[in-house]
Amino acid sequence: MGDLKLTYQVDGGDLVQAGEASSQMKMTLKKLGLPPEIIRKASVCMYEGEINMVIHADGGRVEVEVGMDAITIRLIDQGPGIPDVDRAMEEGYSTAGDVARDLGFGAGMGLPNMKRYSDEMRIDTTVGVGTTVTMRIDINNG
Amino acid sequence: MKHSVILEYKRCRGCTTCIKNCPTEAVRVRSGKATILNERCIDCGKCIQVCPHKAVKSVSDSLDKLEQYKYRVALPDPVLYGQFQHLDDIDIVLSGLLEIGFQKVFETAKAAEILSDYARHAISSGETRVMPQISSACPTIMRLIRMRFPKLIPNIAATVTPVELAAILARREAEAETGLPPEEIGVFSIVPCSSQVTAAHSPEGLQKPVLDGAFAIRDIYLRLLGPMKDLQKVKPLSSAGIMGVGWAFCGGESAARLGERYLAVDGIENCIRMLEEIEDGRLPEADFIELCACTQGCVGGCLTVENPYGARMRIKRLMKGLPVSRSRYDFRGGDRDLVKIDQELQYVPAFRLDQDRSVALEKLLKIDELERSLPGLDCGSCGAPSCHALAEDVVLGRASMEDCIFKVRERMQYMAGSGDADEYLPAPFRQRRSATRRAAEKESEGGSEI
Repeated sequence: MGDLKLTYQVDGGDLVQAGEASSQMKMTLKKLGLPPEIIRKASVCMYEGEINMVIHADGGRVEVEVGMDAITIRLIDQGPGIPDVDRAMEEGYSTAGDVARDLGFGAGMGLPNMKRYSDEMRIDTTVGVGTTVTMRIDINNG
Repeated sequence: MKHSVILEYKRCRGCTTCIKNCPTEAVRVRSGKATILNERCIDCGKCIQVCPHKAVKSVSDSLDKLEQYKYRVALPDPVLYGQFQHLDDIDIVLSGLLEIGFQKVFETAKAAEILSDYARHAISSGETRVMPQISSACPTIMRLIRMRFPKLIPNIAATVTPVELAAILARREAEAETGLPPEEIGVFSIVPCSSQVTAAHSPEGLQKPVLDGAFAIRDIYLRLLGPMKDLQKVKPLSSAGIMGVGWAFCGGESAARLGERYLAVDGIENCIRMLEEIEDGRLPEADFIELCACTQGCVGGCLTVENPYGARMRIKRLMKGLPVSRSRYDFRGGDRDLVKIDQELQYVPAFRLDQDRSVALEKLLKIDELERSLPGLDCGSCGAPSCHALAEDVVLGRASMEDCIFKVRERMQYMAGSGDADEYLPAPFRQRRSATRRAAEKESEGGSEI
């Protein structure tokens, strides 16, 4: 049996549609009957990544693979790239603008939360080209 | 218009707290009890909050009203979600509502998102609007502007409130889903304040009410607690995102407009001050002004259970992880009229002295003359909030100069013939001073003399 593959287009035009893809993915995971804790971890990882993509990268594509042992979430964009990844991973550091902050974003916890809730995270980024964030959430964890 | 702020006579002591705190000077004390001048009341709920004897109450509809209808629709204000400890899922509240007598739930937050989408489109379409635009969400502010700042009526956004739009949309859905006649469908809002109760029965911008009643969050809360704990199954009923739920606190409506320069003001005195500034043209650089009569916005309404800060904190937590917006304003015909008001807001001349301007001028001069003969203490003993208010009441035939206790004492002293003013004047006004006091006064007016 192959893995379930889901793809979502994230429109970066304005903030209004942000979070819809994560919402759809959460619904799909619920239908699969995965443990609630796993669904929560995957949802947080995808939500934070999706918001980042809208705020900073003008949208992109999300590929989700659900296998027997793990869920893999890959967020691919052609945005500005992250110049200093270590800095970006610092709690409280954010480059979000005023409009995003007004809606409650920009606290600087996005990437740290993604790292915390995933079992493995990798950031591939090139300034001026784009960013790909890959996260794996294990399903059979203790 | 019937207001929803009433007095419980047995508890009222005739103290001066409410009359001094009313932002429109709408309360008087007569024969030892407070009375509210209906034409001046804006339903802000300040008197309810400040009364030390809990003698002022807000009236909302009794839950018994549900029994009059076969099919009952609940329109919960998102402030409701912030009233519960340890709540991490809005669906629990919504599913709970279906257990306490409602057959359908339509979140006012969803209607708010539609209004936000409409607002963003109106902004980008370049429709001509009078700037700055003022939010139409708070019914108390609407009444205040109509009464005291009629020049700013054209600035008010010509849209209905979220609860009104929710009522219109929910009723349409309910009629389509059930096929029942309108009189068997009851649409009820669950509201955080007395102002929304009044607005349910007398809407500001609509010719006819669209609600069958308004229940206080405080009353629904008690009924919800048990069922929420015992819920067998949580239904996925939530339909609003960050933008809609955010209308629950001051700044939420503004943020959802995405990028306009805005001011979000909370507290009735602050709102009055801001309206004065706008009227004087001193705020040219703001595009949008959100005015909330209550502390921190609707979370601070007088019919809530939780304090405004706690509720706001909880709602912000519930907003995390929600999509930004889950509803759109649908352009393709039909909806165009639904979001707009169907009657223009009218000026309410509650403060005007007379219709005839020359008579009004005469009255003003008389008020001035009378005021000068009053002590200027604003003590409230006469039952009016200030000496100026008493003078006005006298000229308008609502009171007499003898209501002033100091005028009475003055007359008594005059008749008794002692002539010494200090005998009848209250402590702040006496003339005789001690030697120490005279020295201190001299020092403070003379500057430094070595």
